[in-house]
Amino acid sequence: MSLLLSIISHHWYDVRDLSNITSEIRSLLGDAGAPGWTLYVVTALLGTLGIIAFIGGVAIINIWIERRVVGRMQSRLGPNRLGPFGLLQPVADAIKLMQKEVLQPRVADGLVFSLAPIAFTVPGIIVLAVVPWGPNMALADLNVGVLYILAMSSLGALAVFIGGYGSNNKYALFGSMRVIAMLVTYEIPSVLSLLGLVLFSGTMNLSDMVLFQQKYWIPLLLVQPLPFIIYFIASSAELNRTPADLAEAESEIAGGYHVEYSGMKFGLFYAAELINAVAISAIIATVFLGGWWFYRLDEIVPGWIIFIGKIYAVYFLFVWTRGTLPRFRIDQLLAFAWKWMTPMAFLNIVLVAAEILIWDETGASAGIVLPIYAVVNTAFAALLIFGWVKLMSPKFSRFPDRLRMYSRIDVPSLPANAMMSAVPETGEPDGSGGHLGGAESPRVLAEGPTA
Amino acid sequence: MINDTGIVIAFYIIGATTVGSALMVATVRNLIHAVLFLVLTFVGVAGIYIVLSADFVAMAQILIYAGAISVLLVFAVMLTPSADRKNSETSFQLPALALTVFVLAVSVFVIYDTNWQLAGRGQFLSTAASLGRAFLHPYVVPFEVASVLLVVAMVGAIVLTQEEASDAA
Repeated sequence: MSLLLSIISHHWYDVRDLSNITSEIRSLLGDAGAPGWTLYVVTALLGTLGIIAFIGGVAIINIWIERRVVGRMQSRLGPNRLGPFGLLQPVADAIKLMQKEVLQPRVADGLVFSLAPIAFTVPGIIVLAVVPWGPNMALADLNVGVLYILAMSSLGALAVFIGGYGSNNKYALFGSMRVIAMLVTYEIPSVLSLLGLVLFSGTMNLSDMVLFQQKYWIPLLLVQPLPFIIYFIASSAELNRTPADLAEAESEIAGGYHVEYSGMKFGLFYAAELINAVAISAIIATVFLGGWWFYRLDEIVPGWIIFIGKIYAVYFLFVWTRGTLPRFRIDQLLAFAWKWMTPMAFLNIVLVAAEILIWDETGASAGIVLPIYAVVNTAFAALLIFGWVKLMSPKFSRFPDRLRMYSRIDVPSLPANAMMSAVPETGEPDGSGGHLGGAESPRVLAEGPTA
Repeated sequence: MINDTGIVIAFYIIGATTVGSALMVATVRNLIHAVLFLVLTFVGVAGIYIVLSADFVAMAQILIYAGAISVLLVFAVMLTPSADRKNSETSFQLPALALTVFVLAVSVFVIYDTNWQLAGRGQFLSTAASLGRAFLHPYVVPFEVASVLLVVAMVGAIVLTQEEASDAA
């Protein structure tokens, strides 16, 4: 075994570390006397190609996974006709989407309308550039990786907004404004929860965060359970997935921002949602679950396979919440971020800062400190969640004596009502039904003009 | 670092994009398009920061300006009654042009008049850590004053926008 490993190690066919392929090509180019900058360009292109190939495969396969798993959870079969277990269904869907005519409303803002699907897809893909797939397998090993992730995931919402605006459709604009409101709200808890992790590991570089977890032999999820919950909820709101998919809520606003999109433009939105979900899963797998490291397993199995396994473990959580939870109302969702998650994330940061200070001052060994912190933080998270629920939620009563929303909403009279109350004044000279407003005398509308 | 060919090429491409989209912000007629070009300008400025290997500032630029300020602008444009109409001519055009030319002239004068010196050190290994140390040691008072100002602005915004508590039925 070790002989075999020594033969194949650091050749291009050593699949334990895919960066061997690029280093092989680079050394070939270097021998051929290519100038220095071509090495960078070739490496960057190869890495980009690898990520895009992964994304392309994922966008096809995840449609099937998502539909099958949600089907299973809801006691249905899911796609099961095309190919074994319906595996070819996403291929058929993709072909169908490509063949469909791409319609564009006459009043749409053409350039913006076409730009939106592209602008929505790109951030999800380029987020994956900083994610380390193995010990040497990060395309861009940025020192500010966490900040890069946050910056890129904030760009997607603007794309959704311009899609809704460019469609020139009421429902699309509603969806867009909801996305903007949700982004502004959920950006804060997600930044704060990742800040706790950055404080704990002392770095914003994703590779170093993985190395931190490898060094101390503990995934950050165990040390920081509360940020995991907060970041998971916040990112599922930013991803527009079902407990929080208000931007496209079919039953309220008929699909929201993509109501006017068809054909491959819609297909791009659809694929981008899956890609973004995978990107966020990859980030959670990196910062909370230890990326390509898993105790001693990464000495036997290539790191990138472990990492993909972790990505799908997190992705399953996303599918699970999508398959089981009902949709929030918009005011519930926003209040949840401001009143529950943001204060909790702040308290968590205070606790983490204190813990780091204690660790630095006492100089205690990590083997003693980290398990204690894990227990303390888990207890803190549980206490905070249950205490906050006791403190903040209104007492249950079957007949509530105050409205759940902040103030009463005055519903303006509908155009039809106004028309009904207007008709008798002009149409009926005797004025018998004139003072009876709208809904009480619907026949007035039908009889008015003929009388 | 700056003499590297790739860096120079990248600088000119990013600079041309930034200046071009900034010009489009001023000339384009649709206000939403102007906001989108402004976002492109912000991203271009972030690119220039990256060329200068100021990675933290670049990411903060994208996060805050392209991500948050643009949302603020979108809200402002959407809530403006004449957002849908053209970015038409106003009587402020001439004063605005004069002010712009004045600011540009002052900037150019300062750039040419300053005696620029190369910093006597290499690039920072980690800009985020250096910035954090600078904020918490030599510049801690301005930093705290800025955060107090932000808290005051936040409380003020909440007070201004809060509806009077209606008698809930």
